[in-house]
Amino acid sequence: MAFSDAHGRRLKAAIVRWVIYGATLLTVAVLFGILGYILCNGVPNLTPELFAWEYTTDNVSLMPAFINTILIAALALTIAVPLGIGAAIYLVEYARRGNRFVMVVRAAAETLQGIPSIIYGLFGLLFFVTALGWRLSLMAGAFTLAIMVLPVIMRTTEEALLAVPNAYREASFGLGAGRLRTVFCCVLPTAIPGIVGGVILALGRCVGEVAALLYTAGSVAEVPNFLQQGFAAFFQPTRTLATHLYVLASEGLHTQETFATAVVLLILVITLNLGANFFAKKLGVKREDG
Amino acid sequence: MAKLEYHSEQKASPKMSVKDLNLYYKDFQALKSVNLDFPAHQVTALIGPSGCGKSTLLKCLNRMNDLVAGCQITGTVFLDGQDAYKEVNVNDLRRRVGMVFQQPNPFPMSIYDNIAFGPRTHGIKSRSDLDVIVEQSLRSAALWDELKDRLKKNALSLSGGQQQRLCIARALAVKPEVLLMDESTAALDPISTAKIEELVGELKDSYTIIMVTHNMLQARRVSDRTAFFLLGEMVEMGPTEILFSRPREKRTASYVSGEFG
Ligand SMILES: Nc1ncnc2c1ncn2[C@@H]1O[C@H](COP(=O)(O)OP(=O)(O)OP(=O)(O)O)[C@@H](O)[C@H]1O
Ligand SMILES: [Mg+2]
Repeated sequence: MAFSDAHGRRLKAAIVRWVIYGATLLTVAVLFGILGYILCNGVPNLTPELFAWEYTTDNVSLMPAFINTILIAALALTIAVPLGIGAAIYLVEYARRGNRFVMVVRAAAETLQGIPSIIYGLFGLLFFVTALGWRLSLMAGAFTLAIMVLPVIMRTTEEALLAVPNAYREASFGLGAGRLRTVFCCVLPTAIPGIVGGVILALGRCVGEVAALLYTAGSVAEVPNFLQQGFAAFFQPTRTLATHLYVLASEGLHTQETFATAVVLLILVITLNLGANFFAKKLGVKREDG
Repeated sequence: MAKLEYHSEQKASPKMSVKDLNLYYKDFQALKSVNLDFPAHQVTALIGPSGCGKSTLLKCLNRMNDLVAGCQITGTVFLDGQDAYKEVNVNDLRRRVGMVFQQPNPFPMSIYDNIAFGPRTHGIKSRSDLDVIVEQSLRSAALWDELKDRLKKNALSLSGGQQQRLCIARALAVKPEVLLMDESTAALDPISTAKIEELVGELKDSYTIIMVTHNMLQARRVSDRTAFFLLGEMVEMGPTEILFSRPREKRTASYVSGEFG
């Protein structure tokens, strides 16, 4: 009786173990399958023409889209990061626990995080593009993206701040530091890795977004000419790399170039992630005055 | 009238004192009209069973209770005769009344930055001044020889005992007048504990020390005066030797003889 029990349990454990192995294997296989497929098809097609400064229908250069992607992501994050982190700091460090307002903001952010990006696109179209008269533009796209990633940044920063042990805050207050110094010199540096994680997530969404941008940023494959137009260039329509990929793929005329573009997008995302992580390490180990 | 008595009883005026202190966490009364003096340059131990309000009283002395939602206080806390809640800026109070916690809580930064955190908070920026303070503080906490070559290392890489002494050094770095220690040896091994007890003996020449401890032997070893608490009340206060050998109150007697608690 006892023997058969132990036997059955061992069998169950073995089954569970194999299911877990199987799931892991499958996940890894799918991941590497996709990566390998894109790389195999894309890398041989990485031709110099793809990186020409000017886009033409013949060379389908990704360069303008590449630059636009960086511009629009940088602009979106410039808006969303300070706002998101600021809001999270307020919610965690300043607002009183159990405050009604805090709960409403938190619930709203959670809901907004789950909304499909096309809804943000629609909002951007109605508000920035039409109501504010920004037309399809870099600015309208960046603001739409900023609104889209704001809840992501806010929520992850909140989690990161909540994960900072209270003992650090007590130690800081106990030394006579005010709330401002406690937050900026003690809590934030400790939370930086988590916050950067959120920013990376947001960055990834900005770089990979198409739906929200089609109706707000447009799909003109040109870099806004800041040199000639100055500030007005912000209101030129732009096409990002992801949009570019979408357009190429849906046209179906340049399959090889499409894969090559996908490789570039992939490398861009990986580089940005690595860069952000490196930056996080530097910031996290805080050393005032060297 | 009451004030007169209090002065005649205590010849030198105390460094800190507490008058008719009541403290409520929401509806729960954690301290019941506590009256207590803490003479300068003495070690005062607070003893009593768990939950009797020792930590709560300690946190009133540097207003860490301000951070607890729903915590309300009546009565007065004096520091050098000034009302700590009305006449002293709270950040100033916490600089003058430093605190060492039960669990070592160094910041996740270098040893140097940990100690420099307080002085920097209070406006000391010059590197050479900070260097001097860091060395002095580490020396006072008997850590300098152990750590002088590792100032750039992360404080979290130290042992528990070293971390706690680092926290003492960090508290000393802002040149406090009073040092509050809440069971600061409870998480440490006997050797680290002995080092910290020895340290307390040395520090009392320069500081007024108030410590919470569960260890009655420790209270006897290091303190000059002891106060016994029970259920939020201060039952008895006196010179340590007398409180342990000839307590006035029966409740004190049964606690110090180990009958309960
Ligand atoms: N933040 C709080 N909110 C509500 N009640 C609290 C809070 N902190 C402490 N208390 C209550 O106040 C009483 C005294 O707590 P305190 O921490 O001062 O006890 P203590 O004497 O330090 O005990 P210990 O020896 O276990 O540390 C306890 O009954 C505790 O439950
Ligand atoms: Mg306690």
